[in-house]
Amino acid sequence: MNGVHDMGGMQCFGPIEQEVDEPLFHQAWERRAFALTLALGTSGCWNIDASRFVRESLPPVLYLEGGYYRIWLEALQQLLHRANLVSAAELSSGQAQPTAATPSPFKRLEAESVGPLFARGWPSTREARSPARFAMGDSVRTINHHPATHTRLPRYARGRTGTVHAIRGVHVLPDTNAVFAGEQPDWLYSIRFEASELWGPDSTASCVYLDCWQSYLISLDAGRSS
Amino acid sequence: MSEHPDADRIKRELEARVNVLESLVVEKALVDRKALDAILELYEHKIGPRNGARVVARAWVDPAFRHWLLTSPDQAIASLGYTGRQGEHVVVVENTPDLHNLVVCTLCSCYPWPLLGLPPSWYKSAPYRARAVIDPRGVLGEFGVTLPESTQIQVWDSNAEVRYLVLPMRPAGTEHLSEEALAALVTRNSMIGTDVLGAPDATAEVMR
Repeated sequence: MNGVHDMGGMQCFGPIEQEVDEPLFHQAWERRAFALTLALGTSGCWNIDASRFVRESLPPVLYLEGGYYRIWLEALQQLLHRANLVSAAELSSGQAQPTAATPSPFKRLEAESVGPLFARGWPSTREARSPARFAMGDSVRTINHHPATHTRLPRYARGRTGTVHAIRGVHVLPDTNAVFAGEQPDWLYSIRFEASELWGPDSTASCVYLDCWQSYLISLDAGRSS
Repeated sequence: MSEHPDADRIKRELEARVNVLESLVVEKALVDRKALDAILELYEHKIGPRNGARVVARAWVDPAFRHWLLTSPDQAIASLGYTGRQGEHVVVVENTPDLHNLVVCTLCSCYPWPLLGLPPSWYKSAPYRARAVIDPRGVLGEFGVTLPESTQIQVWDSNAEVRYLVLPMRPAGTEHLSEEALAALVTRNSMIGTDVLGAPDATAEVMR
């Protein structure tokens, strides 16, 4: 989605504000919203890509003004509602209503699982089912696409030419996973883009590296089919 | 935003909303409060930039570990125990006199949690996310870092599930220091790329 979250290259936001001795959380509610988001995020009712898609779909003014944990809170409420874990009436009243059984994929996080589960994490790598199409050093161009749904190819790097710097393995494809259309694992590559290719003369970078799924890439090497 | 005239009202509303939400999900047995406590214990007390600093210090004193870290980062980091959520796939990028690395997530705020803890506000802010990829030298200037014109700056946009850790250059004059003392010199920002480490005395004063 072409949203305000896709802000790479924008120059309108002013100076970077750094806070000395910044606390982990600025408000008590941020601390609770953080823990709730992580706990419910393990429920199996949605995935990290769906969370990101809901967050970036919030109204742009809220996204820019609300702050990080406000965005998390709004998204968490939407995700709970969409997964039929809580109703709109329950969210507004705070009173649990007798409802049907909790939806089947739901799994509650138990306190004793937190340590081992969070130490293992949620790897996005999957087994390869086909060989990688590209090799290190290959010239590629990113696709020029503008889906109204989730994508991790930022606008500043669409339709741009780069070089395969590394092969990262096969990873879950966020574009489909975010809309519950399956993980559709795909080869992921580290692509090096020269700054001049992305920004013309107006950059102080030498290059920018992005991780691009195979479906984001078109081969530019003669003789190699894409 | 603290300068907002309605800041107090918004804060009270959010406080109330989160309380209501928490009570609701606990009552519906969707959340165990003890699990929330365990999560907070983890991120408030066990995970933070000291983890990453220990990785960096080990790489400085042990060339075999440095090589392992740069070639098989997940295994090398796992050997020190810093694995898990938002650090499942890590790549370590090494600074040299000729090449400086800077890490950003332009699309959200992806960050190597097991190594650096939760990201600071500036890392999640629009000004940083927007400008790091186009004007890293200007961004570094705002952090008080001036690199020679001959140093190339490369930026890593963490747009997938790969997380990046910068291996900063070991400061001069630290040959006599122990691994533990070296780890104490490593700042969080140096592992993101918005700091370069000076001689020990200078760093001690700042501790970014």
